[in-house]
Amino acid sequence: MSKEPVAVVGIGQTKHVAARRDVSIAGLVREAARRALEDAELTWADVGAVVIGKAPDFFEGVMMPELYLADALGAVGKPMLRVHTAGSVGGSTALVAANLVAARVHGTVLTLAFEKQSESNAMWGLSLPIPFQQPLLAGAGGFFAPHVRAYMRRSGAPDAIGSLVAYKDRRNALKNPYAHLHEHDLTLEKVQASPMLWDPIRYSETCPSSDGACAMVLTDRAGAARAPRPPAWMLGGAMRSEPTLFAGKDFVSPQAGKDCAADVYRQAGIADPRRDIDAVEMYVPFSWYEPMWLENLGFAEEGEGWKLTESGVTELDGDLPVNMSGGVLSANPIGASGMIRFAEAALQVRGQAGEHQVDGARKVLGHAYGGGSQFFSMWLVGATPPGA
Amino acid sequence: MTREIAVVAFAQTDHRRSTEESSEVEMLMPVLHDVLQQTGLKTADIGFTCSGSSDYLAGRAFSFTLALDGVGAWPPVSESHVEMDGAWALYEAWTKLLTGDADTALVYSYGKSSPGSVRDVLTRQLDPYYVAPLWPDSVALAALQAQALMDAGHTDEPALAAVGARSRAAAAANPHAQLKGRTPQGDYIVRPLRTGDCPPVGDGAAAVILAAGERARQLCERPAWIRGIDHRIEAHGLGVRDLTDSPSTRLAAEHAGVFERPVDTAELHAPFSAQEVLLRRVLRLGDDVRVNPSGGALAANPVMAAGLIRIGEAAARIHRGASDRALAHATSGPCLQQNLVAVLEGDPR
Repeated sequence: MSKEPVAVVGIGQTKHVAARRDVSIAGLVREAARRALEDAELTWADVGAVVIGKAPDFFEGVMMPELYLADALGAVGKPMLRVHTAGSVGGSTALVAANLVAARVHGTVLTLAFEKQSESNAMWGLSLPIPFQQPLLAGAGGFFAPHVRAYMRRSGAPDAIGSLVAYKDRRNALKNPYAHLHEHDLTLEKVQASPMLWDPIRYSETCPSSDGACAMVLTDRAGAARAPRPPAWMLGGAMRSEPTLFAGKDFVSPQAGKDCAADVYRQAGIADPRRDIDAVEMYVPFSWYEPMWLENLGFAEEGEGWKLTESGVTELDGDLPVNMSGGVLSANPIGASGMIRFAEAALQVRGQAGEHQVDGARKVLGHAYGGGSQFFSMWLVGATPPGA
Repeated sequence: MTREIAVVAFAQTDHRRSTEESSEVEMLMPVLHDVLQQTGLKTADIGFTCSGSSDYLAGRAFSFTLALDGVGAWPPVSESHVEMDGAWALYEAWTKLLTGDADTALVYSYGKSSPGSVRDVLTRQLDPYYVAPLWPDSVALAALQAQALMDAGHTDEPALAAVGARSRAAAAANPHAQLKGRTPQGDYIVRPLRTGDCPPVGDGAAAVILAAGERARQLCERPAWIRGIDHRIEAHGLGVRDLTDSPSTRLAAEHAGVFERPVDTAELHAPFSAQEVLLRRVLRLGDDVRVNPSGGALAANPVMAAGLIRIGEAAARIHRGASDRALAHATSGPCLQQNLVAVLEGDPR
């Protein structure tokens, strides 16, 4: 059977900041949802179902917060699903919502992801000691630093690559009004002089803790025809998972990430991602993950990803811009971060990305990962419908 | 033409007050092996995997990630997770199969209530600013609903006692049930609810395999076809809801096609006796419908799996020819805030 094409017709974000003390969790999510509906020029009544995602409930201390948020998101009387796939959740949530449209179960779906990290302390929310299981070693950085080291050793990448990524993403963030970090006086030297947190990851090469939400309105072909602004069309989308801990796992370039990208490219008819894809919003919470994911996603041969970064290919005006929005390094409301990547990809192909717009972006990849590099979700969006 | 999708296998643990000696993964593994064995499928044959669980029961963030290791997700699998009862994981999987992206799906869920006090834990589901700080627990909220139903003349204490007694009597034939046989109604926990009106606290897991079209017929002699499935949510604040009604259940039932033809069986996820009274009325179930032949949630209520078990129990009756058209219901949130309804049918005999 054929699937219904899925279009993004509305996008809304909050200004991501360290602490939104002026709003409750409900107020935060409603702000993003309203902006998405306004973008689509739709009302709550036009929405058939709500799909919401966030990272662990422990981050806000609310168990299954979708129950409490039903009213704020206009979900009363509607189906409401709550997705949780660790850090990849923002992407997975969008894909679950997209499937409701693709399966023709609903014509228009509101999807939203959020995190209000200021309500607790995510670092320690990730560090609960469990007997007989490997803890995340004082936050996510402690878990990922050894894998960055492994990448450096395997690829022979120079030590400075990580700081180049951080400096680029933070400069891109200056062009994105929603980004959390706007560091106007940042220099490459300052990044390189920042304190070492988890060797080789420096303070300025890590993501901030943010409060924020992101919402999208997804709709079918008929809905897209009524949309007031250009839709972004989903050309491919996939999720892949693999075990966290097993002897055969490659933490530097997980097989699940490769398989997920390959599935998306197959659906979208992408033969050569480096040539066929115009820009990428990828999940880079620690700067070194840009070169690592460039290889994992097929944009560079193994061991070669850092060369794209070093030569400026991934700069905003480069040949393959990466994280035009400033990325996770510039705003990290964890549960929302994946959806922001998906939404920013859609903004680009709609030509609505403002100052950080890439000229002529027609096909853009949104990428998210989570757990111990265990969960992956990706979508590729385009300016024209699938098959066109 | 919409794809036909069926439940082709179901397995569950024996539900017990405590499983201290095993981890969540160890509790889940035999159930996963059971459903796979029933169909002859291997993990690598499954098109999509989806699970439901809650970090708050486990007392740690990302508790579900290690369960996936138990699935044996290698080579990598197409997989997702809902922080909800497994019935909603099944809904997500059903959607995935409808798109045609997969022909088979493994759905599982699990919950261990024994590590903590589930009554206290569930208070953390409530509005975090205005309600949760007061710690109103799940039994107290259910008692509020039961009293409202009594005040409205929909039930009384003897009728509730009869629900409890019937459930536990039915559970005598269910090898997995936690409470079975003649069980005293007991003392009041929170008036008007007595021990017998409340679910046992326990640990358990369940798994289901879904398949589409011809694949379902290859894997199961008499597949339980999902003729309709829908879920709806209500407002969270109890003050804005009529606790004697369940509009979300009614709406989900309408969308699932419940009222088109009579059902012969209903597996209702009613953790409290008064909720069964309410659900029977909203779903228009007559006395000729067999309600909770498994014993229902009053006999075993592993939180996060109990809803999926209702679908599994209904499907299993169709598999073995004890039912032709069955209704399955799952609930979530305080006082039946969110409800899912599915209609399952077997091929004509």
